[in-house]
Amino acid sequence: MSAVLKTALPVRESPAPESLALKAEAKGLDFYYGAFKALKNLHMPVYEKKVTALIGPSGCGKSTFLRSFNRMHDLYPGNRYQGEIRMYPDNVNILAPDVDPIEVRMRISMVFQKPNPFPKTIYENVAYGMRVRNINRKSTVDEKVEKALREAALWMEVKDRLHDLAFNLSGGQQQRLCIARALATDPEMLLFDEPTSALDPIATASIEELVDELRQRVTILIVTHNMQQAARISDYTAYMYLGEIIEFGETDQIFIKPRNKQTEDYITGRFG
Amino acid sequence: MGATTTGTDLHAGKLRALRALIASHKRWDLFFASVGVLALMFGILAFVALFFDMAVDGVPRITPDFFASFPSRRAENAGILSAWVGSTLVMLVTALAAVPLGVGAGVYLEEYAPRNWMTDVIEINVTNLAGVPSIVYGLLALGLFVYQFGLGQSILTAGLTLALLILPVVIVATREAIRAIPVAIREGAYALGASKWQTTHDHIIPYSMAGILTGVIIGLARAIGETAPIITIGALTFIAFLPPPPVQATAPFVNFEWLTSPFTVMPIQMFNWTSRPEEAFQANAAAAGLVLVVMTLVMNALAIYIRYRLRRNIKW
Repeated sequence: MSAVLKTALPVRESPAPESLALKAEAKGLDFYYGAFKALKNLHMPVYEKKVTALIGPSGCGKSTFLRSFNRMHDLYPGNRYQGEIRMYPDNVNILAPDVDPIEVRMRISMVFQKPNPFPKTIYENVAYGMRVRNINRKSTVDEKVEKALREAALWMEVKDRLHDLAFNLSGGQQQRLCIARALATDPEMLLFDEPTSALDPIATASIEELVDELRQRVTILIVTHNMQQAARISDYTAYMYLGEIIEFGETDQIFIKPRNKQTEDYITGRFG
Repeated sequence: MGATTTGTDLHAGKLRALRALIASHKRWDLFFASVGVLALMFGILAFVALFFDMAVDGVPRITPDFFASFPSRRAENAGILSAWVGSTLVMLVTALAAVPLGVGAGVYLEEYAPRNWMTDVIEINVTNLAGVPSIVYGLLALGLFVYQFGLGQSILTAGLTLALLILPVVIVATREAIRAIPVAIREGAYALGASKWQTTHDHIIPYSMAGILTGVIIGLARAIGETAPIITIGALTFIAFLPPPPVQATAPFVNFEWLTSPFTVMPIQMFNWTSRPEEAFQANAAAAGLVLVVMTLVMNALAIYIRYRLRRNIKW
């Protein structure tokens, strides 16, 4: 079984450990939805300009963990964090009550499960992050919109219809538009919450290709339901189960020689 | 051979029983469809009959003069000029007062209010307010606007009273329109670092505008036919002059005296005519009723059109 997986894995030279820099780190993170403890004492590093994947069966808390990184849970009453997520280089605990969630969200962008473009034009979708930051000079916005759309590999397809409604794009294009929207404000980190689960295989492949290119510019944390996807695009993988991180390691190690029996059972498809 | 025949018979028998069963089930479909059509027809035919009865009596009276004349002691000279102008001005005040108050309250309840027992109580009461009889609003307005605030028996008082009356409708419509916005859109805005106000101003309000405007117009269509609260605050039934015009040729060009002017409105004019013994006034009442119904229908059509136009660009 592991031999089959090994040959199916993309060949990637292992990074020299000394080139690794921490971008963020969960330290003893607990999370509660009301009285329900959804995350239990999570410890996990997120390395700069690497792709870290969170995998695990439904309900294991991977999305909850991801959404802690941009304080999405603060939007709803009754949610509570305990412990820390430290962000570097400034070494601030982004979960601290005195840290404004808006500041965290301005530094860490997010792409959602289903494409969620605003019912506005393609241009205004990408420009919205700048509007929020009071960047309104047309030349600056034009330039950033183009750059973001190029980075999201969408520019060639939409450059002649920037003022069309975003809803007229296909599902895969809409998701790339959402990626462009997230990139336009130069985030330090990008969160992906199962970004391809609503897309067909071809659109999925284009998003995966994009993630692969983006790793050179930005730190990426991605939740995926699809283990092959995690194996294809991530440098590091955390396997979660029932709110705990069962195993974290380099993706190759997790998929070829998992140390934990549960991880092995999950990735070899024995359950999940 | 014998066994096969028995088998076929058995099979045919089963099929027959099955068909009989389905047929008996379908009889209930037919039964309910008939009852449903009857129920539907009862309501529609009653309205159509009323409308035609009114049209037969009223249509001959609907001439340009009817719209351009003040009420008169002689039925054939009487018109609805002061009534439709009064209704229009009152609706203007109602809309200007109800929209900011209703939308503000709705947006606050949906986006800003903390979830606790206080907001629960307020929510339940807003819904209940929609069921308060309109005459109660009239009494409230008589005490508060006419006497307490000294606004008099004016267009302003009437407009504010009807605004109170439709406020629950506007609040509920606003909240429902906001709730129809998918969570993903809201989260998308917050995820880009938008503050609550930025999210509300740039997304929530624009995307719920179709629903809000529909609610406002449906509220106004209800308000335009309200009689009881307007009578309670003391609108006159016989008005042979127009309020001062809101715009004038000399500085300062706008004039707010019309707000304090006495007035009448369509349903009051109609009510006045129906209470007259002469046959000819009944025709006037029918004509005024027809105009009022058409005004309401036009408002509802406008609501449908606005909804269609604004929702064309929004798909979820």
